[in-house]
Amino acid sequence: MPVIGFIEAIRQAIGEEMERDPSVFIMGEDVKLGAFAATRGLFEKFGAARVRNTPISEAGIAGAGIGAAMAGMRPIVEIEFASFFYCCFDQVCNQAAKLRYMSGGQARLPLTFRCVYGAMGSAAAQHSEVIYPQFLAAPGLKIVVPSGAAEAKGLLKAAIRDDNPVLVFEHGRLGFTQGEVPDGEYIIPLGRGAVKRAGTDLTIIAIGAMVPKALTVAEEMAKDGVSVEVWDPQTLVPLDEEGMLASVAKTGRVVIADEGHLRGGAAGDLAAIIIDKGFDYLNAPIKRVTALDVPIPFSPPLENYVLPDEAKIKAAVQEILP
Amino acid sequence: MQATTLAKEQLFSMYRMMVTIRRFEEALRNLFFQGQIPGFVHLSIGEEAVPTGVCAALTDKDYITTTHRGHGHMLAKGGKPKLMMAEMFGRRTGYCKGKGGSMHIVSYDLGILGANGIVGGGIPIAVGAALASSFRGNDAVAVAFFGDGASNEGTFHESANLAGLWKLPVIFVCQNNGYAEFTPTSESTAVKDIAIRAQGYNMPGVIVDGNDVLAVYEVVKTAVARAKRGEGPTLIEAKTYRWEGHVVGEQAFVGEYRPAAEIEAAKQRCAIVLFAKKLLATGFIEQAELDRIAAEVQRKIDEAIAFAQSSPFPEPQEALDDVFAP
Ligand SMILES: Cc1ncc(C[n+]2csc(CCOP(=O)(O)OP(=O)(O)O)c2C)c(N)n1
Repeated sequence: MPVIGFIEAIRQAIGEEMERDPSVFIMGEDVKLGAFAATRGLFEKFGAARVRNTPISEAGIAGAGIGAAMAGMRPIVEIEFASFFYCCFDQVCNQAAKLRYMSGGQARLPLTFRCVYGAMGSAAAQHSEVIYPQFLAAPGLKIVVPSGAAEAKGLLKAAIRDDNPVLVFEHGRLGFTQGEVPDGEYIIPLGRGAVKRAGTDLTIIAIGAMVPKALTVAEEMAKDGVSVEVWDPQTLVPLDEEGMLASVAKTGRVVIADEGHLRGGAAGDLAAIIIDKGFDYLNAPIKRVTALDVPIPFSPPLENYVLPDEAKIKAAVQEILP
Repeated sequence: MQATTLAKEQLFSMYRMMVTIRRFEEALRNLFFQGQIPGFVHLSIGEEAVPTGVCAALTDKDYITTTHRGHGHMLAKGGKPKLMMAEMFGRRTGYCKGKGGSMHIVSYDLGILGANGIVGGGIPIAVGAALASSFRGNDAVAVAFFGDGASNEGTFHESANLAGLWKLPVIFVCQNNGYAEFTPTSESTAVKDIAIRAQGYNMPGVIVDGNDVLAVYEVVKTAVARAKRGEGPTLIEAKTYRWEGHVVGEQAFVGEYRPAAEIEAAKQRCAIVLFAKKLLATGFIEQAELDRIAAEVQRKIDEAIAFAQSSPFPEPQEALDDVFAP
């Protein structure tokens, strides 16, 4: 399998889908040059109409994406940094999320939003956010969080082909990683999680950029004879509950690692589902490893202190091993 | 020299400020490349006349809000290079105790209600400060600094409408440097001049040469007077140019997206050189004095860097402080 970069995987997914389906187009701020390089080269290939450089006007862009989707196109809307989603919350949560429902199933919104999320080194509070928990509370949106290059390509292609509004969250730090991506047509269906490493003693449920960290911890702990399974939900909505509960049933112990905040976060949401539907499988309390409940600070020692890392995941694992 | 109501000492201090902004940011750029500054750094080199001219027309009790490219505005509003530099270094002694960094500096005491990482984020905040001023009758005006790019955000239009409707003492200063990130204004903005947008919100729209510090000062002075008479807001578009990239270090990932000749032409109209020439022509000041000011500024910047470098990082647990007021 070819090894490619995370960003290249995204570029391939967009390029291939634009090639395949003339109704796919991309718009966003600086997509012409590609602020994070994910759209670089597409302008030259597909032209200004289908690679639409927009003004800085997130609400306008998001709404235009909704309207274009309702009127028969398949837009990909890039919202540079996840935090900028706040500028278009109404369009995403009040409009995109609800239009199909409110119209009694009439409206079709084949719309993909993409953004870069997470802490990437002293970008401070307004550029370091994990914002998908906010969208978990808005039914009607699918939420995708790839953990590596293959996932980025496979999930993004599925998102673009989906007939619903899908939000794809690409971690800024993963932008520097590479991974094996299968050749040719490669799609990961939305709503299917994956065991990224099999184990029997404990499950780390890891989201997005926490997956490689969880794998590192699992490898380390294997040396001490502890068998850790790493499970990646891949999509938070729809959620592969069955897959998640199967892993919990197998190991009986759960650590959930997410870079979002503790309160109101995705880790809490998954923990609640496990307690609801898999309480009998549990041999220990569920541990959540997340960012602390403060805005992400600027200064490196503060940022490190607030963010979850391998050491914090490992400590949580050790805490609930028998 | 064009008509100005300014005294000699004020002219000197404006010159000193422009040089301070230039040297501060040049130092910042070098420190960033040395790996001493974490995060993102957005420079306003070439645009110094705008913050200097605007803030010269303000008093201590007036408010400003600024942007991701706000070092110049903060310095001109009285920001101390030491405390700003320490913040850039992520040190505890910085304006925000290392929590904010370059893009989020606040100095409540100086009326700096915040730099901002969100384009357009500060504009309504300035309107709110002006609203408070109108409630409290304290004669303070508020200035919202923002870019041409930000004038396409909803926040600009909503703020301008409120201010026009309520006749608030706010001045919208659009610092048009020709680009928003990597996109030229001509490719992002439906009108040629941002100032024309004032019409839609019942306020004067004024275009000024953003490289002419005295011209900037004069239009702001007029706008301040208007605001204080209760006649409402003004939109000022200061046309200028940013010499540097959108963010320091961008060449490594975006390359160059602007014609070299365009950058060169802008450098030929250096605001500091233009002002120096004017000052010399008046006979107010000798070259030696300008040199002395430059040396004095450099010393201050060096001191600021030394202060920042020798300041401690915050203790990690300090990350948990300041989320809520006690
Ligand atoms: C809401 C939001 N959208 C996008 C961005 C990314 N961004 C940062 S600066 C910038 C360009 C701003 O251009 P302009 O307002 O003209 O100010 P300038 O950088 O030219 O000073 C963009 C798009 C952001 N920080 N916030």
